[in-house]
Amino acid sequence: MNIEVVNAWKRFNDFTALGGVSLQIKSGELVALLGPSGSGKTTLLRIIAGLEFPERGEVRFDGRDASLRSARERNVGFVFQHYALFRHMTVFENVAFGLRARPRHLRLPEEAIHDKVNRLLDLVQLKWLSDRYPSQLSGGQRQRIALARALAIEPRVLLLDEPFGALDAKVRKELRRWLRNLHEELPVTSVFVTHDQDEALEVADRVVVMDKGRIEQIGTPEEVYNNPQTSFVNEFIGESVVVPIVVKDRLARWHSMPLPIDVSGLRDGKANLFVRPYEMSIVSPDETPLHATIKRVRGLGASRRAEIALHYGETDLVLEIDAPRAPAIEVGAFVGLKPRNYRVFPALA
Amino acid sequence: MSLLTAEQIDPALAVDRAQERPGIRRRRGANDDPFVVKWAIILVAFAFLALFIVLPLINVFVQAFSKGREAYFAAITEPVAVSAITLTLTVAAISVVLNTVFGLIAAWAIAKFQFRGKSFLISLVDLPFSVSPVIAGLVFVLLFGLQGIFGPALHASDIKIIFALPGLVLATVFVTFPFIMRELIPLMQEQGTQEEEAAILLGASGLRTFWRITLPNVKWALLYGVLLCNARAMGEFGAVSVVSGHIRGETNTMPLHIEILYNEYQFQASFAVATLLAGLAIVTLIAKAFLESRIGKGNRP
Repeated sequence: MNIEVVNAWKRFNDFTALGGVSLQIKSGELVALLGPSGSGKTTLLRIIAGLEFPERGEVRFDGRDASLRSARERNVGFVFQHYALFRHMTVFENVAFGLRARPRHLRLPEEAIHDKVNRLLDLVQLKWLSDRYPSQLSGGQRQRIALARALAIEPRVLLLDEPFGALDAKVRKELRRWLRNLHEELPVTSVFVTHDQDEALEVADRVVVMDKGRIEQIGTPEEVYNNPQTSFVNEFIGESVVVPIVVKDRLARWHSMPLPIDVSGLRDGKANLFVRPYEMSIVSPDETPLHATIKRVRGLGASRRAEIALHYGETDLVLEIDAPRAPAIEVGAFVGLKPRNYRVFPALA
Repeated sequence: MSLLTAEQIDPALAVDRAQERPGIRRRRGANDDPFVVKWAIILVAFAFLALFIVLPLINVFVQAFSKGREAYFAAITEPVAVSAITLTLTVAAISVVLNTVFGLIAAWAIAKFQFRGKSFLISLVDLPFSVSPVIAGLVFVLLFGLQGIFGPALHASDIKIIFALPGLVLATVFVTFPFIMRELIPLMQEQGTQEEEAAILLGASGLRTFWRITLPNVKWALLYGVLLCNARAMGEFGAVSVVSGHIRGETNTMPLHIEILYNEYQFQASFAVATLLAGLAIVTLIAKAFLESRIGKGNRP
């Protein structure tokens, strides 16, 4: 099912959770809503589910206004951050709940319900737990039961709120891969909320980066990572070395010395130069006005990092970049820095 | 210079070792009072309970049976006593049902919604605890009595509230109002609304969600509240006394009946009826202990 959010606004007292958000999700897509806490991503998810209503704007399912249907009638599967399993029901009854809640004329006969629940428990590989209560399960097991329960109603959309947030790192990685595989098996349109960029970039087909109730960028993981469109996305996704510069007369300047950097399209004023740690080359100090001293080299093998003090007026700005294997660098050496690839955005006031 | 021994570092270890080797003198931790002090304190606690609670309770039964079993059964089966028992059961039943419904609704509102005036509502819930029951009774007399605000209108339409069952129920409901709510509010607040949201999203109706999710999640706490509410409803004296009018065989509840018997020097009969209330108290205590263990285990069946 296609989901379309058109200019959605939502305020809680003085706090603007969503400030005009528009988004299109294609049928069968797996989309991540990525942002820091307070960015409005969970509110957006709850609005799609029908648990919250936008003050302005619209949610459309397959082109039709979804606000005409209540949360109950939307047929969405929702996995809560803390799973919200029914604590007084067994795993089996939890998964069967949605099937038993159907109006009588649509309800399956008891054997069909049994078959279906068992198939779902097989799918999440937890059939052996069907007589347990939620409090007897581990976090990862609860997560998968919550997913099976949501899938039982054959949802047209699957919404997941921080699906891996409450799990430890190892289980988290396993479940991530498992969810991705599941999505390939059962291509239900899915949206999940996360504050973890690795999770979003690894699992999703498309990533929606949000901040302060607005969408900063929408794109595939590659686009968002390699081609960040805003200063926020640049800082939030992946690691970046940030060098403050000044744009004057359409030239980038580092302490009034011109930098060989393309700043076309930028207005005069302060700006930030964003460079990935592996995109910064160490060159001879004669080739660039960016002068620095190597402070320390840490790590071994492929992940060697160099801490570099960029001479910045009276003070130093310490940056961390990938240390090149050759030529070998020495601690204390005076070097020049030259970005091979970079992005420039005006500095926020 | 001496190095710290393992026992000095970890007192628990010292206890373990002392138990392993009985010959060694046991070292004391900071919180281990001497043997004598410990048992003296425990003894004082028990003596206090025995003197002020167990002894009077035994006395109730001793007095009740002081003239033999026949006199005991005569006292609790005479028509006026039976009427008092029936009235108490009726008042308690109606009050508990009303307070269960009100309690659930108010607890739901307070625990699951955000609204203006919420803290005011929460402090209002405790009002019956801070008001003397006599005042509670008087309030209803002043509202519904003949001289009261609604009195003339009620009299004209021939509805009796004061000195009748409705008055008794009103006073009892007022006095026992907080019990159920106070049990439910913290539990419902802790549980939040996510399970209900999950149920709705799975297609359950509001009613189904209430019966299948909300109610089972609070059932032990609700029963606990009902139990306390019931015990208080049956035992209530002050507020009920004011609105009752003491019409023998009609508006006297058990506590009022006991008082009248006592004032008429029928000690044995009064204690006989009192054993019924004492019995209720004991049953309540046992049920309370059971429910507390259920609540302690979480809400698993």
